[in-house]
Amino acid sequence: MDAGILIQQGLNGLTIGAMYALIALGYTMVYGIIELINFAHGDVFMVGSFVTLWLLATLGVQGAINNPILLVLLLIVMFAFSMTVMGLVGVLIERFAYRPLRRAPRLAPLITAIGVSFILQNVIQALYSTADFNIPQVIDPQAGVSFTMPTFNVGGFAVTSSEVTASYVHVFIIALAIAMIITLQLFVHRTRLGRAMRSTAIDRDAAQLMGVDINTTIALTFFIGSALAGAAGVGWALNYGHTKFDIGFQAGLKSFTAAVLGGIGNTTGAALGGFLIAFVEVFSSQLGYSRWSEAIVFAILIMVLVFKPTGILGQQLAERA
Amino acid sequence: MSPLRSLLFWRSGSPFRVAVARLRAGSQPVTTPTARFFGRHQSLSVIVGMSIVTAILPFVILLPPFTGFGTQGDFIDGYAQAGVWVLLAIGLNVVVGLAGLLDLGYAAFFAIGAYTYAYGASPFSHNHIPFWPMLLIGAAVAATFGLLLGAPTLRLRGDYLAIVTLGFGEIVPVVFNNSDQYTNGTNGITALYQPSLPIYGSFGFGNPMPYYLSVAAIIAVAMILLYRLQDSRLGRAWMAVREDELAAASMGINTVTTKLLAFAIGASTSGLAGVYLSSKLAIVSPTQFGFTVSFTVLAMVVLGGMGNIWGVAAGAFIIYEIQSQGLKQLNQFVGGLGIPPIHLGPINFDLTAINFLDYQYLLYGLALVGMMLLRPEGLFPSRRRRAELHDIEDAVDANQELVQP
Amino acid sequence: MSDQTAPPVLRTVGLTKEFGGLVAVRSVDFDVPPGSITSLIGPNGAGKTTLFNVVAGLYEPTSGHVEFLGRRMIAAPERTWLEPVFWVLPALLVWALTYLAASAGVGAGTELAQVMILVGLMLLIATLITAVIRPSWYDRFLVRMGIFKCARPNDMVAAGIGRTFQNIRLFANMTAIENVLVGMHGRLKASPLDAVLRTPGQVREEAASVGEARRLLGFVGLPTREGELARNLPYGDQRRLEIARALATRPKLLLLDEPTAGMNPSETAAMMALFGRIKTELGLPILLIEHDMRVVMGVSDTITVLDHGEKIAEGTPAEVRANSRVIEAYLGKGAA
Repeated sequence: MDAGILIQQGLNGLTIGAMYALIALGYTMVYGIIELINFAHGDVFMVGSFVTLWLLATLGVQGAINNPILLVLLLIVMFAFSMTVMGLVGVLIERFAYRPLRRAPRLAPLITAIGVSFILQNVIQALYSTADFNIPQVIDPQAGVSFTMPTFNVGGFAVTSSEVTASYVHVFIIALAIAMIITLQLFVHRTRLGRAMRSTAIDRDAAQLMGVDINTTIALTFFIGSALAGAAGVGWALNYGHTKFDIGFQAGLKSFTAAVLGGIGNTTGAALGGFLIAFVEVFSSQLGYSRWSEAIVFAILIMVLVFKPTGILGQQLAERA
Repeated sequence: MSPLRSLLFWRSGSPFRVAVARLRAGSQPVTTPTARFFGRHQSLSVIVGMSIVTAILPFVILLPPFTGFGTQGDFIDGYAQAGVWVLLAIGLNVVVGLAGLLDLGYAAFFAIGAYTYAYGASPFSHNHIPFWPMLLIGAAVAATFGLLLGAPTLRLRGDYLAIVTLGFGEIVPVVFNNSDQYTNGTNGITALYQPSLPIYGSFGFGNPMPYYLSVAAIIAVAMILLYRLQDSRLGRAWMAVREDELAAASMGINTVTTKLLAFAIGASTSGLAGVYLSSKLAIVSPTQFGFTVSFTVLAMVVLGGMGNIWGVAAGAFIIYEIQSQGLKQLNQFVGGLGIPPIHLGPINFDLTAINFLDYQYLLYGLALVGMMLLRPEGLFPSRRRRAELHDIEDAVDANQELVQP
Repeated sequence: MSDQTAPPVLRTVGLTKEFGGLVAVRSVDFDVPPGSITSLIGPNGAGKTTLFNVVAGLYEPTSGHVEFLGRRMIAAPERTWLEPVFWVLPALLVWALTYLAASAGVGAGTELAQVMILVGLMLLIATLITAVIRPSWYDRFLVRMGIFKCARPNDMVAAGIGRTFQNIRLFANMTAIENVLVGMHGRLKASPLDAVLRTPGQVREEAASVGEARRLLGFVGLPTREGELARNLPYGDQRRLEIARALATRPKLLLLDEPTAGMNPSETAAMMALFGRIKTELGLPILLIEHDMRVVMGVSDTITVLDHGEKIAEGTPAEVRANSRVIEAYLGKGAA
């Protein structure tokens, strides 16, 4: 067994997991509050990466930035810009595509969501074509800390280690994502607005009667969810250095599975699920099944929905007819 | 009503608002004696209707605006292709329109039907089962997969079902793509055998007429069968489950079986379309069955009028023709206008070189969202559906008409 | 008076239903005698509708069971001796099939087979985890998949329970006669294949069922309303239509949940007459949840009183009226 590869893949898994977790949070928050699977959410993530592309192109950034202060400033600008823009996009989508259908039969907003997803994909396609676009990776992907794990031999079971590179990009993304997740948890559980969101998710009419402004609360939920997806988009750009108009679909499907796995409606669960799904993906690639990673994740989705639809951390809500 | 909204475009009496209200109200139902007669004798009306349509369509090319678009042969071939989409649409209509289940992976059954034909009738598989029995076999195989997929998943809530079917729709082409040994992988299976009739012989490649007539016949038969189902005990059960699943179960309906049947019947129609298409094109390849196919069929059903078999067929035909002919003509038309390119920052709009075909899915997306917001019952709704979807809005609108003079 | 010697149509034994921590129905033993009208009363939140829903098959009880016409139909999910089989059956099946396919000369090296084995392995692990570590998850899975035999609503209807709902649950966008026809769903024999082929049997059955639906509409007093959409009917007619729909299921016991809620005195009197006709002309026992004391005292042969999920009294109207516990718990509106 090669401990080095294990650790390396573990880092990869955490990085991808960080992004899936951020996207999954958006799915789970929206589903929790209006019981709608926002099919367009994955494409919000994709647009976030294109926004980053546009921003860097406009600012004239060509490649890695070495000056740490400049880098930090640039990162702040990138994240702030993408998150704000995508947050606003999310609010607009909710306002014009979902809110009018709040009382319509369940099928209607689902269909609209698919329509919005296609609109987003095709707008990007129209503006940028279907090609793969390179995004300058402002954090040098090569830079990082290299080390090897200690090797040992326990009764015939040999543990070797190839070199592990913990690149700064990975560490940064993981740290940032965890920080965002913790901030979100604090916000949802400790602030007044967070309480409004939770109460609206539990019983919309009762919350309204208690003076919660439903429209603002739902808009806020969409803003936060979409902003997080935008952040994931920036993370993707930093980590992979390229983007394409259709990355939203796959990432969206996997992130939604993550949200369901962790427990739909539960923000901690979404984060947990994101990391779990990422690990499944990374290790199935390692075993040589990268072509099948989608199928495997889908199989997990089915199993979760069949065995425990409320997910790992979900609550079994009492059903009162 | 928020002040901003009323300021922007919802001032009562504004032409926009009036137009929207008219669009929502829809047309009044027609009840002439002829319409009533055909309403009672569904099968007859299908046969008569399909015969008339099939007979007239080949001659559309003789009408002035269409003469320049291609040869009559091209047109008929286009109609035969449209027929595939019509079949898909009336099948998805059963699942989405009648039973109210959102199936986003409909293309998977299409693929299964197509590959079944490839197994049944190609040099690659060393089989040669004739086309007509293969239609039934393909439908049956697709229905079986519909049951297999539905059995564990139809107990799930509607939203989850959508995602699961989406996943299934993604997986099936991936499986076909990666299983080189069975399905020739990315290259697909070629040289499939053509359909043939006893006296006429093999359909061959040159003449689209036999394909056109066959698909018209298949569609007519499918429509008759589906109308019969709609008016039967099962059709009522579908409506009841769509209306109120709990009450339906409390009236003795086995909701799981009912939904499974809708799923299986929808899948079988899709499989039927798959068999037909693969025999016509003489090739199957995994790339033909992506999510865009499922999405397009959904758009056809929604635009045509969920629940209305003829409406959905018409919607499918219209969208296909727009897709294959209309957009091309629009390209030529707009390109011919000679408008100079417009520059907006880094983005150039060059209308002379615009290709609307690239934007068709954008248009469908906009159409879907627009339809859901303005006219969810579709262009050709069944009266029942319109009533179902407008009760609250009509009441609200009525109130506002009263309040604002 | 009800026949004391005949076996009860419905019997609950120690029936308990909990939702999370809330005990809605606590160990209720309760009979419905044949050919009578029994009322179930109690303050709001006493557990009456929950009891209905358990009897109708909507909820599984937490403990206890329900016997209908002498047959135990509804019980809390129990672990049976077959359980170890169900633990691993699904996973083993998938794994065995893929292993066979992979090794039986179609090329063990195919990626598809390998992936299926991997998925099968995951399924096996998931099954073992749920069955061993969290058995409650696995119980819910088996119940959800219909492997545990606990009666579902449509089974109860097939056995002979017809019901109405507290908040009317008609099929709003279907006509009155279509609503009644749906009620007949379980009794009609024609299969979809018959419908597609339009066999003479199916055509006859459809015509006969339309005739019966018309009769039922006439019986409840809606003879002229058959073509109206259910949601356009006035409130009182909607309640009657719900009863007609329940009668269409050819029940052996009719469960009515607050059938006279929101009605004025004359409508209420007409409903009471309808109950009487159901009892005498159709010989059908009725179990009634009601708040209107005039109705309860006027039509019931037996009254059962629930409070906070427990049965606190049972007997004839005269007995219940005088029962001090009942008076203490609840005797709100209505004539004394």
